Amino acid sequence: MKANGQVLSLAVTMHEMSIAQSILDVVQQYTKEDDHARDVKVPRVKSVRLRIGEMAGVVPESLRFCFEVASEGTRAQGAELFIDEVPIKCQCASCDAEFSVERFMFICPTCGTSDVKLISGNELDVVELDLLEENDPAREPSCQ
Amino acid sequence: MSVVTIERKVLAKNDEIARQNRARFEQHGIFVFNIVSSPGSGKTSILERTLEHLNGKLRVAVIEGDVQTDFDAQRVARYNVPTVQIVTLGGCHLEANLVQDALQNLDLTEIQLLIIENVGNLVCPANYDLGEAMKVVVLSTTEGDDKPLKYPAMFRNASVLIINKIDLLPYVNCDLATLRRNALQINPSLRVFETSCTTKAGIDAWCDWLMQKVTS
Repeated sequence: MKANGQVLSLAVTMHEMSIAQSILDVVQQYTKEDDHARDVKVPRVKSVRLRIGEMAGVVPESLRFCFEVASEGTRAQGAELFIDEVPIKCQCASCDAEFSVERFMFICPTCGTSDVKLISGNELDVVELDLLEENDPAREPSCQ
Repeated sequence: MSVVTIERKVLAKNDEIARQNRARFEQHGIFVFNIVSSPGSGKTSILERTLEHLNGKLRVAVIEGDVQTDFDAQRVARYNVPTVQIVTLGGCHLEANLVQDALQNLDLTEIQLLIIENVGNLVCPANYDLGEAMKVVVLSTTEGDDKPLKYPAMFRNASVLIINKIDLLPYVNCDLATLRRNALQINPSLRVFETSCTTKAGIDAWCDWLMQKVTS
């Protein structure tokens, strides 16, 4: 790798690339084996639903781009990513109030203390997959 | 067509290896911290000053993470501590499995303190647990007092903030009170130290606190 402008932009997206690869690792556990019980072959992935917290430091657009590249040649090639973004929420340890964190202000708006626990915003989860089986007529409407 | 609910953490694999690393550190009684910052904040300089100070007092080892080169490992090796360099070849952060691999080159029975210097980056090292006991974030005065607000996850996940290059304060547009306020707003439990690796100001306070952490 030579030190030029291209390397710089690669480094910028590298984080999302490694996240995209990890998502693919999870997805591939569900697309590996033929499901003989239901007489269907290895499914293709039509879409993947993700839950990403505001604190996770993931840029959705970069992640979409990286997933598209990383999934080439896999059962998830062309799959759509649905991303549910989760705002930061905290619960106050003193007064139990739950509140949304605006502009990263981790202070309870009810009692003013800063002893607060993060209850959402750190998520980086694969929630569900929409799978399309090989012998599913919905996959390729017969085009002769 | 079928929708499968899977509810899996994307970084589950990394978290599992981090858990294994942490168990090994605990088994050997090793205190581990992961030092993170933007490139050029002075992580390696703080490491050098820290090794100088702890020389003869603690058995220390270092894992160095860099995108390219082993320059930092060469700098650290001068202090006669076991050092392993991880070159990520473009990867912008260390992951738990890289640390696990690096551990094969260290004699864990001979270490009290293991310092992992992450790749210079304030974004993704926040997400990747390596098995450390704490993250130490370094922020230099030349970066400005609004940095914590721009990279909140890192400041929220760290236990210690070292404000470095305080000798440059007269020349840069950085207000220490504002910087502290911004950092503590995100993480009120942050332990803050102010240092200069040039004048060595604040190094004693940081190292004394660290010594206590490791030996307690």
